[in-house]
Amino acid sequence: MNTLDSGAKNTLIEMRSIVKNYTGVVALDDVDFSVSEGEAVCLVGENGSGKSTLIKILAGVEQASAGQISIGGKNFDTLTPRIAAAAGVMVIFQDFSLFPNLSVAENIAFSTQLSEERRLFNKGRVRQIAKETLIRVGVDIDLDARVETLPVAHKQLVGICRALASNARLIIMDEPTTALTEREVSSLLEIIRRLKSDGVAVIFVSHKLAEVLEVSEKVVILRNGKKVAEGPASDFDAASLTRNMTGRDVAEGRPNPVDPEAPILLSAKNLGKAGAFEDVSFDLHKGEVLGISGLLGSGRTSLAKALFGLVKADRGTLDLDGEVVDLGNPLAAAAAGIGYVPEDRLTEGLFLTQSIVRNVAIGRLDNHQRGGLLDLNGLWQEATHWIGELKVKTPSVEAPVNSLSGGNQQRVVLARWLSRAPKVLILNGPSVGVDVGSKSEIHNIISELSSSGIGIIVISDDLPELLATCQSILVMKSGRVTDKIFGSDISETDLAQRLAS
Amino acid sequence: MSNLKPKSNLLASPEARLALIAIVVFVVMSILSPGRFLSVANATSMAFQFPEFAILALAMTVTMLTGGIDLSVVGTSNLSAVFAATLLTQFVDPSLTGGDMFMWLGIAVVAAICVGMLAGLFNGILVAIFGLPPILATLGSGLVFTGLAVALTGGSAVMGFPVGVAWLGNERLFGIPIPLILFVILALIISFVLTRTSFGFKIRMYGANPLAAEFAALDIDKLLIKVYVLSGALSAIAGLLIMSRANSAKADYGSSYLLLAVLIAVLGGVNPYGGYGKIIGVVLAVLSMQFLSSGLNMLQVSNFARELIWGVLLIFVMIVNTQKSFGFGAKKKSSATT
Amino acid sequence: MKKLFSKEFLTRNETLVGVVIIAFCILASFADANFMSIPTLTDLMRGGIVLGIFAVAAMLVLVSGGIDVSFTAVAVFAMYTTTLFLINYAPDMPWYFAFAISIIIGAGLGAINGVFIAWFGLPTLIVTLGTLSIYRGFVLTFVGSKLISNLPPDMRGFSRLMMVRGTNADGSFYSLPWAFAALVGVVVLTWFILQRTMLGRAIFAIGGSVESARRIGINVRAVQFFIYIYVGALSGLAGIIHASMSRVANPFDLVGLELSVIAAVVLGGARLIGGHGTLTGTILGVSLIILVRNSLIVIGIPSTWQSVAIGALILLGTGLPAWQAKRAAARAA
Repeated sequence: MNTLDSGAKNTLIEMRSIVKNYTGVVALDDVDFSVSEGEAVCLVGENGSGKSTLIKILAGVEQASAGQISIGGKNFDTLTPRIAAAAGVMVIFQDFSLFPNLSVAENIAFSTQLSEERRLFNKGRVRQIAKETLIRVGVDIDLDARVETLPVAHKQLVGICRALASNARLIIMDEPTTALTEREVSSLLEIIRRLKSDGVAVIFVSHKLAEVLEVSEKVVILRNGKKVAEGPASDFDAASLTRNMTGRDVAEGRPNPVDPEAPILLSAKNLGKAGAFEDVSFDLHKGEVLGISGLLGSGRTSLAKALFGLVKADRGTLDLDGEVVDLGNPLAAAAAGIGYVPEDRLTEGLFLTQSIVRNVAIGRLDNHQRGGLLDLNGLWQEATHWIGELKVKTPSVEAPVNSLSGGNQQRVVLARWLSRAPKVLILNGPSVGVDVGSKSEIHNIISELSSSGIGIIVISDDLPELLATCQSILVMKSGRVTDKIFGSDISETDLAQRLAS
Repeated sequence: MSNLKPKSNLLASPEARLALIAIVVFVVMSILSPGRFLSVANATSMAFQFPEFAILALAMTVTMLTGGIDLSVVGTSNLSAVFAATLLTQFVDPSLTGGDMFMWLGIAVVAAICVGMLAGLFNGILVAIFGLPPILATLGSGLVFTGLAVALTGGSAVMGFPVGVAWLGNERLFGIPIPLILFVILALIISFVLTRTSFGFKIRMYGANPLAAEFAALDIDKLLIKVYVLSGALSAIAGLLIMSRANSAKADYGSSYLLLAVLIAVLGGVNPYGGYGKIIGVVLAVLSMQFLSSGLNMLQVSNFARELIWGVLLIFVMIVNTQKSFGFGAKKKSSATT
Repeated sequence: MKKLFSKEFLTRNETLVGVVIIAFCILASFADANFMSIPTLTDLMRGGIVLGIFAVAAMLVLVSGGIDVSFTAVAVFAMYTTTLFLINYAPDMPWYFAFAISIIIGAGLGAINGVFIAWFGLPTLIVTLGTLSIYRGFVLTFVGSKLISNLPPDMRGFSRLMMVRGTNADGSFYSLPWAFAALVGVVVLTWFILQRTMLGRAIFAIGGSVESARRIGINVRAVQFFIYIYVGALSGLAGIIHASMSRVANPFDLVGLELSVIAAVVLGGARLIGGHGTLTGTILGVSLIILVRNSLIVIGIPSTWQSVAIGALILLGTGLPAWQAKRAAARAA
């Protein structure tokens, strides 16, 4: 489908033999990378593969240790953010880098105003620029709305408009689809097509790219700082991407079937919360792994939080082992034996500046105190035991938890909850931001835990993960459970269709 | 805003650097005014002076560890003192002595601490239940507490207590000034609470990441309320000390202590965004400041120079704590250089 | 019919403060028929000059995401040093010369704040807490600690320059000094900077997100530097006006006022997290505080309760939006 358009395409970006050394570590090793006008390129790699570094060098945020860069045929010895921007390279960061307190119009026109080196602020002109850009992209957003009031998808569009308003020739999008719902993704792709026909080039940086493959011409895969594959997008599919990213086939088995005799552990009846989810009922058996999936905005995260009391459900009941669990009260949920491993490890899961052992020990304070007085020895011993049990790789348990890799950090959060001997464990996105190697180890942990009798709920939109870990999967759509699937009955493509349809 | 990077070298911890500062100040002052600075008389006078604001600094520290602040400490301490003073002047004959006097003093102390704890409870509810930013909640409540003290007294000093009131702030036990003993005991208790109890553990973890604390199923509302109640109780004790030393209570005593308490806490290495801070650091900060001001006093430097030097010290320590070197632009230019 | 007031208008702090002011005035005029009069207004305006200039300065810093507690010390430093200098070396200089010196000294002290904040990247609260001590300590130690009551003649003359002067129906005098024009000037200039220059928009942008501002190429350091110099200059102006109007240069004045000023600004809707704040709100906040100070007695509350009333207003004015936000967050989930 994406064969050559009419007319020869000029090379826009040419990076040759880029090397980047951090003290003692080679982040990029002799990488060539080029982008043509109007071309969409997927830059793929695991965390730490060097893809972010490459982008930072291109955006002028960091300087290459060696190599040449030319933009639009012009060679640059050093790039700074200003030079890169002036040459038309715009990065849309994952957080969009917008100003939440300013209006849509101002956000769109701000960098244009800066680059024109204006001293006075002309509201009419700002609106004019913003309006023209919105028309060019083909979307309609209230120019006077403050950005903090917009939904995520609109924020992203404002970010794109801002890049376009300052004459972007290349837009780099960092993880563009993670926060979008299916419909939003397809309208984003529509906009990308429009931009490409205008001659604007796009780089998608991601580790989850199935969605953007269809509008891309080229795929470049990095691994350990080296370019390991490059080719037309049509040559790749999800499996080959993974193989190239990891350097091996990660074939995952299917989970063991649940014991049909296993008693019901957790039972949700007609749970509902206005504007989030409606009429959710399910049973979780002892030793079962239940998946809850759905696209963003389907209510899966609200439901997960409601099960742990972080969100108060308006209606319905939750029983654990036949006992009613108080809704909307995480303390009651935790006391009843429910554990929750949050989606965003860095902000919700971990106390980053604190030591590993403290991060685990926080879960067991109540069991090592008498009259408020802590038995530090006992507490430390138990926490250390669980850190060992989950094979957290660290030279010292007293090291701050932010010194660990993503996979090990996830184990720390798991260790905290496992030390409390939970009956039910809710894992929201258990392997988000974890490299593929650690991912399968986390899946092994899940299967071990379930065979020890813990009931596990996995909330995820990572379909291979769901299929590898869950015996049954609930599919959610606009707040309702629309499907219950037994994992062994379904293939990944079928599941993807059921999610999206 | 995260310029707190872990560093590992000699004097890596802010407390170690502070200890060095305290020692240097002590030695320099001893050399500059030998015989006077290093005298028992000076040591005692210092020991009477600093505990009142040092205790307020402890109160400030506890709230700062949660990423909050308590701007109502001085208001609370004056309200508590005024309440105790009013109680004493209304019901007790100033010439009273002996057992009855001690009973009434006991009642006054308990009443003052209760008032302090109630004030703290009020702050805690504003912060935990109503979700006010601590800086605004305590700014407003501080005005309310001061205002109540004014309304209670009409703005004038309350005096005319039994002789026993002066004991707390002016006497010695085994030759050691009682304010010092009181401060040492409180510092030890707070240090113990912070390091050895589950309450202290939670305070620090909450300060490091409030959201993660919620996801770890900590009882945050209760935690915050307890923190502000503790801060209120400490403020009340400081208020009693001030009242005893002045032998009177007034709504606007110690108004310079508020910023001083914040200053000491920050100087002591407490991270104003929460999650880090040690009582030993606060104690060292108090000592450095007291050595400095006493020493300067002896060198005939004006009283006001203390303020000047405190400010310089604060900014100097902050620069050392956050900056790798003094060169401009040495700040996190890029992660490549670190 | 079109909606006259948007929902946002109704829930804004400015609206809340405005309503409280109107309610206060209605109550007061029931209690005292003479309350709604020109003298009350001129008293309010006169009382608002120094406080208002301070509040505009504090608001600007809050918008940029910082907090400044040193402005009172800057004002005292600038005012006292200027007065002393004039008395000793140039007693016959016109008043605007005194103003210029004071403003320049203020800007210089502000620049020192700026160096620590913009270059060393230290937290604003701590820097200004430190410089508050330093500036005040410096003045009292090295410049002087005595009250100066024989101000240079032209400074005294300035305080007698009246913009409006008249007699009320009941025979009471009222007047409004020209110093009020300084407040108007400051408000207009600040409005122009904030709303009509890129610099002003950059201040809002930094308050919204420093990181984003850096990424799109705003020179954050330069903007921060400007803010603290400008705030210092405003403080210098407020200081010299304060001295002229009270006809005495007292080095112990003003310091201690900083938290009340910040409270007034926050009451007017500026947020501590930065990015939000309006001049209208700031002026309303200051008006309310002065109204309570001057006229609490009129509505039957003894003036000893003044502080309680202001404190309660702050708790209400900041507590209501906080409580609403918390409930909205719980609903949204």
